[in-house]
Amino acid sequence: MRNEKLDLVTGDFYTQNFQKGARENTLILNLGPQHPSTHGVLRVLLELDGEYVLRAEPVLGYLHRMHEKMAEVKTLVQYMPNMGRVDYGHPLAWNWAFAGAAERLGGIEVPERAEFIRVISTELNRITSHLLWWGAYILDLGAFTPIMYAFDDRERLLDMLQILTGSRLTYSSFRIGGVCADINDKFIELCKDFIPYMRSRLPMYKALVTDNIILRKRVEEIGVFDQDMIRRYGATGPVARGSGIDYDVRRAEPYSVYDRFDWQVPVYQKGDAMARYLVRLDEIEQSMRIVEQALAQLPEGKIIVDKAPKYTWKAPKGEACFPVEGGRGLIAVHVISDGGKTPYKIKLRAPGFSNLSLFAEASRGTLLADSVAILGSLDLIIPEIDR
Amino acid sequence: MNGIATELIRIVVGLVAVAAFVGLNGLVLVYAERKGAGHFQRRPGPFEVGPHGVIQPIADALKLIGKQLFTPDNADPYLFWLAPLLSFFPVLLMFVPLPFGPVLTVWEVDLGLLLILAFAGFNVLALLLAGWASNNKYGLLGAGRAVAQSVAYEIPLLLAVLAIAFQTGSLNLSTIVTQQGSWPWQWNIVTQPLAFIIYLVSALGETNRAPFDLPEAESELTAGFHTEYSGMGFGMFFLAEYANMIVVCGVCTALFLGGWKGPGVDGFWWYLVKVYALLGAMIWFRWTYPRIRFDQLLNINWKWLLPLATLNLLGTAFLMKVF
Repeated sequence: MRNEKLDLVTGDFYTQNFQKGARENTLILNLGPQHPSTHGVLRVLLELDGEYVLRAEPVLGYLHRMHEKMAEVKTLVQYMPNMGRVDYGHPLAWNWAFAGAAERLGGIEVPERAEFIRVISTELNRITSHLLWWGAYILDLGAFTPIMYAFDDRERLLDMLQILTGSRLTYSSFRIGGVCADINDKFIELCKDFIPYMRSRLPMYKALVTDNIILRKRVEEIGVFDQDMIRRYGATGPVARGSGIDYDVRRAEPYSVYDRFDWQVPVYQKGDAMARYLVRLDEIEQSMRIVEQALAQLPEGKIIVDKAPKYTWKAPKGEACFPVEGGRGLIAVHVISDGGKTPYKIKLRAPGFSNLSLFAEASRGTLLADSVAILGSLDLIIPEIDR
Repeated sequence: MNGIATELIRIVVGLVAVAAFVGLNGLVLVYAERKGAGHFQRRPGPFEVGPHGVIQPIADALKLIGKQLFTPDNADPYLFWLAPLLSFFPVLLMFVPLPFGPVLTVWEVDLGLLLILAFAGFNVLALLLAGWASNNKYGLLGAGRAVAQSVAYEIPLLLAVLAIAFQTGSLNLSTIVTQQGSWPWQWNIVTQPLAFIIYLVSALGETNRAPFDLPEAESELTAGFHTEYSGMGFGMFFLAEYANMIVVCGVCTALFLGGWKGPGVDGFWWYLVKVYALLGAMIWFRWTYPRIRFDQLLNINWKWLLPLATLNLLGTAFLMKVF
């Protein structure tokens, strides 16, 4: 694009490249990297014909912090705090994936009480993740108020998680071989208060938002992903479960103590934005069920193994991978060690990256407002995608 | 000669009063909206400046006035700065025939309703100019939406208003009010409930208020037509939006809700009470509903409001003829 007045070529490499495939009389629009509904710094290049999206191309890299490279210069124990910063929505799942991979590599057996604390804190964190998404998604659709209700409820969860982890957003409370803090009476009291309270709030969410005719018209039949598409892009989590794929890592390859609880994997068949929406809201209830049962069965014992790895701990030579179910889908951390001080390589598998890949295909031919609704329904956390 | 002079003085004084009223109302409505939004969202809203934050709108206004007026590169500077003026000044004229009270009317015009509807047309021109002249893609999309939306929603609005004009045989707002009684069952809303609903929905569409705030849909178009405006450029659009809201609510009160009349003592207080009740409802809608999609917006208009308004008008005409 040539700017006559300023006499220079505008648009960066991506814009110019994208422009080459453009049809005549279309508008190239940069949605982001600063845009209210790209949740941070995602940039999407759109080719618009009127309000219709002809092509879309997500451009990444505005929040790249080299987490994988950092792993090569830090010891495994030192790398732990990075995990809280990969995904601000559900950091404890990343904690777990990393701690799990390191434990598998070192052959460390985690005490049972620590496993229960991990389950409880991760499930509570999953609820905060879904509440954050819920509020922000409704904001994308133009209603301002629900995000305040969601954050109000989320606040109580953060108070609880603060007891278990010491922080409110970027948790890194898991240790290789256990967790850092034990459950106390205050936590149990808050938790017993919270679960009935949240159960009374969910019908309000349904009445105010889910059953609203305007919202239903905005999200039903929008962004339909069929199972073939989900498999081609490797999408997981609520995105896959909204399309009728009954895949949850906690069920499919049970880790920790998840096989001891009675809970369901919510699956919806329609594959539209509404199905993904309902999966996430149902998961809030399922997570609460798991927390209730875990609190009831909580065993006594240690919360971290004796002789837990210190920061100079050298993992034995070999490799290990540990997949967990995060708020957005399958999170896996793959650690390769050559027996040295630092790992040879760590690969972080972020579900958001695969889920975002669906967007280019799904948004083709939709209205601009719908493409924003589809983008929101994928529950993107940009730091996780860029890593 | 003397009569014309007094009439002129009356109009000038009235216009100044209207300008003051619009400015003050802007402040009151900004406060009401922020406070209302705050309470809907379980937070106190503005609380720091003055007791319960009552001076917050003045601080907001001072901030807007103090900001740099920025013209973007490649924008058309004349049209760019004409647009906010064009959006604000016609609104002042729309206050001229509004009957605030039996004597509190700037100028009782026989074609008052027509005057208001004519000047309301300027608003869409201002939005189009703003979006077009600012050389911004979001602005352009917002302007396109604004035009399509305003053109579409003006028609059912007009038809709903016409039904009342048929019934009362007048376009003079004061006359229309005088024909209604003091008690709610003597108001036009009882005889024309459908027209009232159509008017209310179309008025939301006309003033670009949520859930029909598509020209400035911030989750899609960042800020739509006023993306590039800073300081008072944006402030003018803001003020015009609030003034427009008062006008549509004022017309609604005069047409359907008995104007200045009410149980007990008639007077401008009844008018203000009703106008503010309607404004409160508009604020309530905004902070409750999600935004609808553009094609749905037009579908509601062409498939529901327009046929219903036409049927309502025909029905009214038929009944007028028979009785």
